[in-house]
Amino acid sequence: MPGDGSLEQLKREGRIVVVGASLAGLRAAETLREKGFAGSLTMIGDEPCEPYDRPPLSKQVLLGRASADRTALPRLRSVDATWRLGSPATGLDMAARRVRLADGDEVPYDRLLIATGVRARRWPNEAEAELDGVFSLRTRDDSAALARRLDAGPKRVLVIGGGFTGSEIASACRERDLPVTVTERGAAPLVGALGGVVGAVAAEMQREHGVDLRTGVMVTALEGDASGRVRAAQLSDGTSVEADVVVVSLGALRNTEWLAGSGLGAGPRGIACDAGCRAFDIRGIVTDDVYAAGDVARCPHPLFGYQFLSLEHWGNAVSQARIAAHNMLSESTDRLPHMEVPSFWSSQFGVNIKSVGIPSMGTEILIAQGSLTDHRFLGVYGYQGRVIGAVAFDHGRWLPFYQELIESTAPFPPTFATVDRRPEGQRPLDADFPDPSVPTHGPTVTLSGYSPADRRMTFTPAH
Amino acid sequence: MVRIAVDLNRCQGYAQCAFLAPEIFAMHGDEALLYDPEADDAPREKLDRAAAACPVQAILVDAVEPGGLEPGAADAPAEGVSRAR
Amino acid sequence: MTQTLLHQILDYANRADPYPLYKELRKTPVHHEADGPYVVSTYYEIRGLLHDPRVSSDARNLASNAADPLASEAPAQESTLPPGFLKLDPPEHDRLRRMTNRPFGPPHSPHRVDGMRGELRDIVTGLIDGIGDPERIDLVEQFSYPFPVTVICRLLGIPREDEARFHVWADTLAASLDPDPDADTVGRGKEAQDARMQLGMYLAGLIEERRKNPGDDMLSQLATAQGDDGPMTTMELLSTAALLLIAGHETTVNLITNGMLTLLRHPDVLQRLRAEPRLAVPIVEELLRYEPPVQLVPQRTTLADIELRGVTIPKGSTLWLVLASGNRDPQRFEDPDRFDPDRPDIQHLGLGSGIHSCFGAPLARLETQFALAELARRLENPRLLDDPPPYRQNAVLRGPRHLHIACDGIRP
Repeated sequence: MPGDGSLEQLKREGRIVVVGASLAGLRAAETLREKGFAGSLTMIGDEPCEPYDRPPLSKQVLLGRASADRTALPRLRSVDATWRLGSPATGLDMAARRVRLADGDEVPYDRLLIATGVRARRWPNEAEAELDGVFSLRTRDDSAALARRLDAGPKRVLVIGGGFTGSEIASACRERDLPVTVTERGAAPLVGALGGVVGAVAAEMQREHGVDLRTGVMVTALEGDASGRVRAAQLSDGTSVEADVVVVSLGALRNTEWLAGSGLGAGPRGIACDAGCRAFDIRGIVTDDVYAAGDVARCPHPLFGYQFLSLEHWGNAVSQARIAAHNMLSESTDRLPHMEVPSFWSSQFGVNIKSVGIPSMGTEILIAQGSLTDHRFLGVYGYQGRVIGAVAFDHGRWLPFYQELIESTAPFPPTFATVDRRPEGQRPLDADFPDPSVPTHGPTVTLSGYSPADRRMTFTPAH
Repeated sequence: MVRIAVDLNRCQGYAQCAFLAPEIFAMHGDEALLYDPEADDAPREKLDRAAAACPVQAILVDAVEPGGLEPGAADAPAEGVSRAR
Repeated sequence: MTQTLLHQILDYANRADPYPLYKELRKTPVHHEADGPYVVSTYYEIRGLLHDPRVSSDARNLASNAADPLASEAPAQESTLPPGFLKLDPPEHDRLRRMTNRPFGPPHSPHRVDGMRGELRDIVTGLIDGIGDPERIDLVEQFSYPFPVTVICRLLGIPREDEARFHVWADTLAASLDPDPDADTVGRGKEAQDARMQLGMYLAGLIEERRKNPGDDMLSQLATAQGDDGPMTTMELLSTAALLLIAGHETTVNLITNGMLTLLRHPDVLQRLRAEPRLAVPIVEELLRYEPPVQLVPQRTTLADIELRGVTIPKGSTLWLVLASGNRDPQRFEDPDRFDPDRPDIQHLGLGSGIHSCFGAPLARLETQFALAELARRLENPRLLDDPPPYRQNAVLRGPRHLHIACDGIRP
């Protein structure tokens, strides 16, 4: 209750538990201490290692420029926590305010932050997934194992799924001169996140760098040899690809299963929470002691029609963690909403790709600067007459301008002249996003529901 | 040993870090940055110059000394270090 | 007659301390005087415009009748050399800058600047060793000028002994950037044109020689390299070389001089730097905020009407972006008039921002860091003899003409 001293008491001697010891969990813990939280802090993580950074795992590490077990996140301040690492949370008792761990322990809390993130979607056929040489890429162990196998010089790498991670893996392979095939169910790589116009550029980049890119196809089966090593993949077009390394890059699943039956509004699309990161229970009532942040959270965003967004973005994890931590320690009137405009980056084939807003909401795209053919351009996405997103290929320094257009709901198409406007940028094009009922590897932004109580979600597995 | 992360949302490819501490930071193409997240051999002095020069202050470096109890779990799994109250 | 604010800023009488005028200027973040440029002086607005694709750096986009104190100079250039990439828009700007960067920095030459560290230290040591009478030192003549000039000559592959020749041309060209309303613009334009032509001819001879007998200097590599963007034309090469030569020394001279002046005015910081050379790193960043060598960017043009802080800047207008004022904007920096190298989060505008941000920034940073750390260490009890020192005329590339200091001796 505000003003009754309970908040001061929480700050002084409360118990805060953070489930998920990765980027969001760590930044939240640091923020809690920065805001003067002096009570006990427990960090629970399923992996046995301290918080580490994931973006290098699909880039530097696969290129052999960094080591997978050496990507620990820098500490911005001391968190003075009890670390329960390698012991995943298995259950939540909201009434008793306790988190159950795999080792049987129970950890009580006054405030709980859930930042359990996502995991890589595995190859659906269990026996095939177990073949030697079949990988996914999410954790540092995944990355270390894949890097070791790439070091050994495989005859061909097959990447299943042409999303950002898949494309980055393919890029690293080509840079190491390894033959690589990419299969993508959609018409082009990155098509789910950036649409067909930009996807065509991504496809061109892959082919120019010697990737054997197969679009509009699915892998239907993986084949092993007598010793249980993967040797080939069957494709839906009747062809097959011989490969001794297969990387399954079909997007991610949210780690919410441990919350089943807890009464928290958590499911395959994440944990529904308010703009202040407070989680909803299944009745659609907001809790006051359970918060969520990072990839696992889905929050309504005022700029995008209050749609619930779950974003698998580095920057989102950081800013949401800070908001959640701040709000945990604040009176209701001092709480802050999470309103950051989504943004992400990827680098592949020597090109830096950055985006702001939500391109996948766009129906049209205008190439406002530069040229698709040069692979150097700035594309603006429009939705219902307003600017909703932007993507830059080696044009990152212009992006802040377009972010402001998104924030100010500027009209689309923009009518003003800019530097470097080419003939192809005279009028908008159909952004050409795939029909959402035909999933590709799945975009990194998922839109779902319009109201906090919306539980009638449909979930379509990508494969 | 020092741990590094770069907020690549902020990064705009000005490459100051790659000029000043090429042992740690490298440009990959015109705009993309690659870095060694735990650079052992590079002089700390160069890292400091690189981090200070970043026009968008995107380079995050350890503010607390690694080691000791803080990370802890790397060699001694933390279960049992302290039972919950 | 009462001077307008813009006249006061350009008035030489106010050169030593323009900051109170900038403070006045920030009261109208978009300041416009009849027939004058639109002058933007607040941090966020300047930063926004530096990233705004509706803003061109190409003077050819000026409305024909737009008032521009530099207008007489712009066409004059075309008859000699095409504009350097500083005055071009993408895609030409991007292509030329990429090609110029190839022998200078990452990704193709990541070790060029890093590899100059030993050389930089040696030049600094030599210059300080060569200081004669410690009772009367002109830091500009004896240190701040010769240091970066020696560096840019070695980097480009220009014989140091030709310095006397290009010094005059470079000075004339730098002065032509000064939008002094009282100056004889026609006469000055003619002078600048001549200087540019002569510099061009000088560089052409040098490049011809490098093509026949290439070394590992930048001119040789620019003249012979075949990157993804193909070779530069001879005219592009000449403009680029002229740009690097001029930009490469005028600005760093002022940064180093302003730096020592600022340290001598803040003896506590100087004392700390002497004990702790690493402090040179944040000192230089704070210096770039507090006393930036390029005070304002006077050559941007609007390609569309731009609404900013309640003002419509019409298409075809000239913009002045007063970087040095944005750096003192209290909306962005707490207690902005205080020189404080411990300031967190110094994201100054001192080297610009966006696609035209300073090309030589990493080199300027290293040079100034080394210079200030060594001067602090070796000069015993240094003190200013004139405060304020005499300034150059130039309001854009602002800095002391001389900096007379004395000290008790030079430490080894």
